[in-house]
Order: sequence, then C-alpha cells, then structure tokens
Amino acid sequence: MRYLPLTDADRREMLSVIGARSVDELFKDVPESARLGAKIAGLPDHQGELEVERAFQAYAAKNLSPSSVPFFIGAGAYRHHVPSTVDYMIQRGEFLTSYTPYQPEITQGTLQYLFEFQTQITMLTGMEVANASMYDGSTGTSEAVLMANRVTRRHKALVSGGLHPQYRRIIETAAKWEGFSAVIGKPDVEGLEDLIAAVDKETSCVVVQNPSFFGHVRDFAKLAAACHAAGALLIVVVTEVVSLGLITPPGEMGADIVVCEGQSIGNGLGFGGPYVGLFATRDKYMRQMPGRLVGETVDADGKRGFVLTLSTREQHIRREKATSNICTNAGLCALAFTVHLTLLGEAGFKRLAEINHAKASELADRIGAVPGVKVLNDSFFNEFTVRLPKPAAPVVEALAAKRILGGLPVSRLIPNDPSVENLLLLAATETATEEGMGPLVAALKEVL
Amino acid sequence: MVQSIDRSQGRATGGEIGNASAAPATFTGNRALQIEEPLIFEMGQPGRCGVDLPEPAPRSPGVKDRLNGLRRAGDIGLPGLSEPQVVQHYTRLSQKNYAIDMGVYPLGSCTMKHNPRINEKVARLPGIGDLHPLQPVSTVQGALELIDRLAHWLKTLTGMPAVAMSPAAGAHGEMCGMMAISAALEARGERAQRKTVLAPESAHGTNPATAAALGFIVKPIPANERGRVDLTALKAALGPDVAAIMLTNPNTCGLFESEVVEISAAVHAAGAYFYCDGANFNAIVGRVRPGDLGVDCMHINLHKTFSTPHGGGGPGAGPVVLSAALAPYAPYPWIVKDGDKWHVAEDEAKVEGKPLGRLKAFHGQMGMFTRALAYIMSHGADGLKQASEDAVLSANYVMAALQDVMSQAFEGPCMHEALFDDSFLKDTGVSTLDFAKAMIDEGYHPMTMYFPLVVHGAMLIEPTESQAKEDLDLFLGALRSLTAKAKTGTAAEAFKAAPLYAPRRRLDETLAARKPILRWRPSNNPPETDPVKQAAE
Repeated sequence: MRYLPLTDADRREMLSVIGARSVDELFKDVPESARLGAKIAGLPDHQGELEVERAFQAYAAKNLSPSSVPFFIGAGAYRHHVPSTVDYMIQRGEFLTSYTPYQPEITQGTLQYLFEFQTQITMLTGMEVANASMYDGSTGTSEAVLMANRVTRRHKALVSGGLHPQYRRIIETAAKWEGFSAVIGKPDVEGLEDLIAAVDKETSCVVVQNPSFFGHVRDFAKLAAACHAAGALLIVVVTEVVSLGLITPPGEMGADIVVCEGQSIGNGLGFGGPYVGLFATRDKYMRQMPGRLVGETVDADGKRGFVLTLSTREQHIRREKATSNICTNAGLCALAFTVHLTLLGEAGFKRLAEINHAKASELADRIGAVPGVKVLNDSFFNEFTVRLPKPAAPVVEALAAKRILGGLPVSRLIPNDPSVENLLLLAATETATEEGMGPLVAALKEVL
Repeated sequence: MVQSIDRSQGRATGGEIGNASAAPATFTGNRALQIEEPLIFEMGQPGRCGVDLPEPAPRSPGVKDRLNGLRRAGDIGLPGLSEPQVVQHYTRLSQKNYAIDMGVYPLGSCTMKHNPRINEKVARLPGIGDLHPLQPVSTVQGALELIDRLAHWLKTLTGMPAVAMSPAAGAHGEMCGMMAISAALEARGERAQRKTVLAPESAHGTNPATAAALGFIVKPIPANERGRVDLTALKAALGPDVAAIMLTNPNTCGLFESEVVEISAAVHAAGAYFYCDGANFNAIVGRVRPGDLGVDCMHINLHKTFSTPHGGGGPGAGPVVLSAALAPYAPYPWIVKDGDKWHVAEDEAKVEGKPLGRLKAFHGQMGMFTRALAYIMSHGADGLKQASEDAVLSANYVMAALQDVMSQAFEGPCMHEALFDDSFLKDTGVSTLDFAKAMIDEGYHPMTMYFPLVVHGAMLIEPTESQAKEDLDLFLGALRSLTAKAKTGTAAEAFKAAPLYAPRRRLDETLAARKPILRWRPSNNPPETDPVKQAAE
C-alpha cells in the first residue's frame, strides 16, 4: 500500500524491540467480544491512484457543473472567478499539511496570514476586531446569537425574515437545545420589514441580513440605534461578501457583531463546503468572541511575531466555562480568502463589486422585460427576486432540462408556503456572460 | 490609508537587544532562506493590482440607483499588490511553517498522517468541486451518490446504522451528538430530569464545553491507576439524573478502555446514553467497530482518521454515527434514494422521525467528504486495517525505545500514541515546555504538551503510520540525545533559550494577551516604534 512505509521486516524488528510476538498482542486491551478477526466484510480492498481517479470521474460525470452551462444561482453561495494563484498557494504543503499554530516559532506563516486576514475583515466590515474565522457564515451566525446572549445576559433573539432560511433554522435549532428563545420573522419578500417596534428590554439581539436573502439592500442605522437604546445588540449577516466593495459596511450602520459567509472570495462553490465564516465585533466585546484569535507580540530577540492569544476564552483552557466549544477554524479557506483579497486589493475589490452589480442590473432589466415576470426589488447587489406567473420549482426543472441553471425556487428553502411558491431568486456575478443571459431569457419565455 | 515602509534602509534585526545567536547581523535581517517578511499592509502601493478586470458596464440611461442610497464611501484600506508580489509574499510565509510534508509531526491526539495529493486532485474535478449546493438535485446525482458512498463506509467501519454528515468539525459533531441525546431524552419525557453528563478528567476540553453549552452539568469521573475510567466511581455516579457519558476511546492517554463493554452496559442500565468521542478512531479502524462496544453516537474527525488536510487549523469535518436509538433524531439534511434517483431530505414536512433541526447550511463539508472517500478507497478494507496496526505498532515502538530514558505515564501496550510524564526531568531545571522547544532546533514539531491534564507535564507522542522506520529511529535518537543533555543537570539554560534556529525564538504570549493587538493599523508601523516592542523592552 503506497502510503505505508513500514516493510514486513520493519514490523518484525519493531515488534521485537517492543517484546511482542504479534501486532494482535498490542490490541489485547480490546474486549474479546469486540475483536474483529478478519477484515470487515463487504468492503473493497485498496486501489491504485488511476482506479480511484476513474471512480471520481464517474461521480463527476453524473453532475451538471456550472462551468459548462448558463448559471444564475446564489442564495448564500456565489460563483466567482478565483485566480489560479489562490489555489496554487493553498496547496503548498507548508500551509496545507500544517496543524493549528500551537508552536508559534515554527508556524509564523499561518499566524501571519491569519493576522492579515483578521485585519482585512475589520476593514471590509467597518468593525474593530475580527477572529481567525468560523466554520462558515451559517454556524457563525448562530455563534453570534450565543455571544449576544452572553454579553447582554438576555435570552431572546429577534430574527429577521430577510435572513437566509437555513441560517434561521440553525438559530432555531440552537435556541431549542441551548435554551433561549428565537422569534423568527415571516419571509420578508418585499424588504419592508421593520423590527424596531419589536425590540424590548428582554431582547438580546436582532439578526438581520444585508443584502437580505431576497436581495434587498437596507439601512440598519435606525435599527441599531433602537437596539442600543434597549440594551440589545445588532447582528448583521452578509452572505455575499463581495457586496462590501460597493455597499456601506455594517460597522458604519452601528452593527455590534458582523458575520459574513466569506466563500465568494477565494473559495469555490464546492457543493456547499468547506466555506469560511467571517466574524467581527467591537473591541469592548473582544473577550466574549468565539473562535481563534491571532495577536501580535515580540520574540526573545525583540522581533515582531504572532501568536494565538486570549485563549482563556477557549475550550482547551476553560472547558465547561468556555465561550464556545469551537476548536478549529477554517484555516485554509481563510488563506484562500486572504490571498484572493490581496490580489484584488482596494481597486480590484471595488471594481469586482461594481461589475457584479452591473451584471445583475442587466439581468434584472432583461428578466423584468419577460412577459408575466415581475422583479420585486427596488434595491439589490448581485441577486434579486422575481415573481413568476406560475410555481418556480417546475420552471427551474424545465430550465435544467435545457441545461440552464436558472436560479433558485424560493420554495426549496421555504417549503409549504403558498406565498413564496412563484418566487425565483436569481444571481449574476462577474462570471455571467451574454452567452448565458441570452439563453436564460429565451428559455424562460418558452417555459412560462 | 495604506502606508509603506522604506525597505532600502534594511529591517530591524533585533541584534541590539541581545541575540542569543552568535551569527553576525545581515543588512536585510534575512538569514539565507529565512526571509523577514512584512505584512501586506506595509507592502502595498496605490495603482497596483493583482487581477485584471474589465470596466464595469455603464448603467443604462434613466436607470435609478439600485443600492438604496447606500453606496460605500471612502477607502476600505486594502493594500494594492501585483501578482508576483503576492506569490512571493505567501511563499515566504509558507517557508516559516512546519508541516507533515516536511517530516515527523508527532502531535498527539491530532493524527498528523500523510495527506495524499490524489485527494486534492479529485476534490477539484469541475463535476465535484464546482457544483452549487442548491442546483436542482437532478443535476447533482453523482455528488449525492458520493456522499452516500462515504456514509456507507463510515457506517460499515463503525458498525452503526445511521450517520449525520453535516457537522463541520469534531466539536460540531459533539454538538450534534449531544443534541440527539437531548432529543431522545425529550421524547422519553426525561430531558428535565437528566441534566448530568459524566466525562473523564482526561477528556478533551470540547467535551465539557459542548455539554455545558447544552445546559448539562458536567461531572468529572476519575481515572484509575491504569489510566482508564474507574468503573466503580462511574457506577457510583450513575443515576436517574445522568443523561450521558462522554468517553474518548481509545482514550486521551492513548489507551484502550478495556472495560468499555462494562461501562456501556452500566450506562445503558442507568437509562443514559454513551457518547463516544471518536478523535482516536484512527487507532482501531478495521480492528474494532464502536457499534460492538455499545456506543450510541460518535463523531469521526475526517481530518484525523481519514486524512483530510489540517490546513493550519481547519477546515475539518465531523460526521456523527448514530445507534438505532438516536437515528430518528439526526439533523437535516440527509441523502435518500428513491428508486434509482437520489434526493436530499431537507423539507421538514416530508420526512419521518423527529429530526433535531439543522446545524449547518447546505449539505456538509463536501470537499472533505471527497478527500476522505478518496483516502478510504485508496486504502480499502485491507489498507485501513493495516494503517491502524502500523500506527499502533509505531506508537508502541516509540514507547519501548524511550522507556529507559523518559517516564512512561502508564503501563503499555498503548494504542496509537505514547504518553510520558515529566518525572524524567525532575531536578534538571528543564520543563516539558523547554524540552518541546528544544525539539524544534532538532528539526521536529514538538509532541502535544500538557495534555491530557491527568498526567503531570504530559508529553503525548503520536507517530502515525506514515513514518518510515529509519525516520522514526532518527527522531528517537534526537529525543534520547535531548534527555541525556537534560539529565546532565547543567543544560537548563540552553533548553530555556531554545529554539535558536527557528524563524522566531520564543514569543511573548503574556504580552500578547495583556495588550492585545489583533489587527494591523497604520500606527503599528514602523516596527521600531511599535508600542508592543517598547512595552517589552
């Protein structure tokens, strides 16, 4: 087996040093009733690289990849062009095969890029401090609610109907089992929801998304003020981080915690994961944050260096008193994010955002001109909602049969709700082309 | 605004502050391949960009602003770098890291085994890596089949009937498993009454953190003199208030819980559940099925046992296998086959059982699933068993080869990792930390230090199955040499100065925590006037 360096001669020699007759003796603590004699039946034996690769090509051939067809799906995962440099860099073994940087003297590479990452996140979100990443935006949002409960010592979260439906379900799940209440708003299709009146003295936080799940761009400054007046925190979720190149950042609106799904920068669609959660807050809440933090310090020679810090918040030190049970972050996805954003820089990131908005604007104009189709958004970034004259799910299936991935029927994520049955969510990024938009519009006219 | 520093003046070397190394300072501060690297924020220049993007299309005439008046004003502050600068910067940073690809990485409990590159290659096939999680299921039949295939392997290898694939990491899997236990207790009407979770003192910190987050009271169970759970103490602690035991097996001392069958019987007899922390499953794959031990649920760290890359601290993946008693509570989503078509169960109204909810958006860590399945298929049933045996053999070899010079914490045989305490360093003035840092100068990543907590000055060595015997022998020679040096009784200062040859010497972690600097700011520059440094001097 190509991954196993020990030869039979090595094994015999090692057993003799140990003083054991066979490897079975090393497993003598396993209760006899649980010892497996032969290898587990019904599973194939080892295979060469060629055979393994063929098997995966066979899986791949049964899928329709967005790279080969017109593609307009978003809803929390966005298809962007990732420069070749990013994927090359994250495959360097020194990054790929390193562990959490517990020994800072020999992991300055990881620690420095995470420090750069944390700085980039504060800049994008307009916040003061950011951690070294979360699993993804969805789990990060739930962690933000738990953090707000800790900060405010309250146990009621108000959750906007504009938040991604799966994110809402994750908060509900945490509420049920971790013991707090979550008041979930009705799907905010029109982007007109006003939560100010609902904020009271028991509210620990209000969770909103910008742009919302339905694409609306909202100003939350007044909501932030209302939250602060009531002693609650405002959590702003961003599932399309590229929007921060064009839209006022949540920090400037008064957000207390900002959570983003960072997948759009540096990370491919990957059928849903792994992605990278961005998590930022105000300095005053720093010690209530979940997750890893990297800080600057000096070494014994006075040279600048970086270390994991404030770990007294974390499970390996605090155990049952930790701020979260989180152990890992999304290190390599954070590296992909940082390398891509560094390539883009100020000018590139802003331009990328402009292009996304322009592409989506063009798509909205063209889709809105299809008879019977109504664009519901006055405002959006690169994604918007349309109302079709019939249920959206079969329309999307009909488009897929024509090899067009034409958006997400909202009913997939909000089932059994007649009010959203005809809604279709469409996204266009810089990867959208005339060769894609033209056929989408034509096919939509046909199937409606 | 982005500031740049004048690099033509050279960089501070720190030589004036007392460099333990006798080598003369260089103009650049570099030492051959060790390059001093600034932060990107100190390198950028306006006007540079590492990507070429077209001009955005002009807004159609007469179209109003679609940003609701919320156009971002002012600079973000991101630096501008060209592509070659970015490549050089991150390449130089990479060279400051130790990694599995460089040699023995004996970090106990972390399983730093070889990461095969075929796994990376297949994860990047467009038909796998470039799929949207919400495209119609009719267009992702191969992806769903792949997830189900991995699920089949995981269930078969563990002897468990169900698996929840969506948890993003081991700790997330713990959350999933303990929520499933809460859900089962609720269905029995006993959730309010069973509020205690038992966990051995040697448990990973995530175990008590998870249980506490779910409102349980954590009660520690002592270990016996053999490093295993004290069965008598456990039985005494079991009662109508106990929800579950969280037990790592093989345990964090690297030992198989030889009374695990009695433990699970006692736990079940008391009406509680057996959560197994599967962090050390890699020691027993193919030799023991946790299902045969009476386990109710166990997370599997795909990044440990099945070698998906650790990536500097993630991403991981933590699928949770479930017993028949807990399977009805598995969270959304899961994959179902209807005739010859694959579907995703994600619509609450259409499924049976009492799912506990949802833990993560979309379908789980697909990229990790792909890599893990490639690893599993490459090994096959025969190779997986051999890998476990080689890992256990290597750890016992390490233990045997060091037993005369280091102090073995418990009698062997061990499983996949060898645990030592610091009694062999008694009266030498050398601590576990010093010993670990000296290993760095020998070219090795240190072992896990000070964990598990039940052993004084613990050193946990996990060689894995990936090291050739001659490389293990060199590693063992280095450790023997260090123990001899420590035991002279005159080497404490030399140990405390270590490491001397790493990209950085020991870092001031107290300062970092006392005056947290968690982001770059223009005022952090230049390093010579850095307030952190001034405070340190």
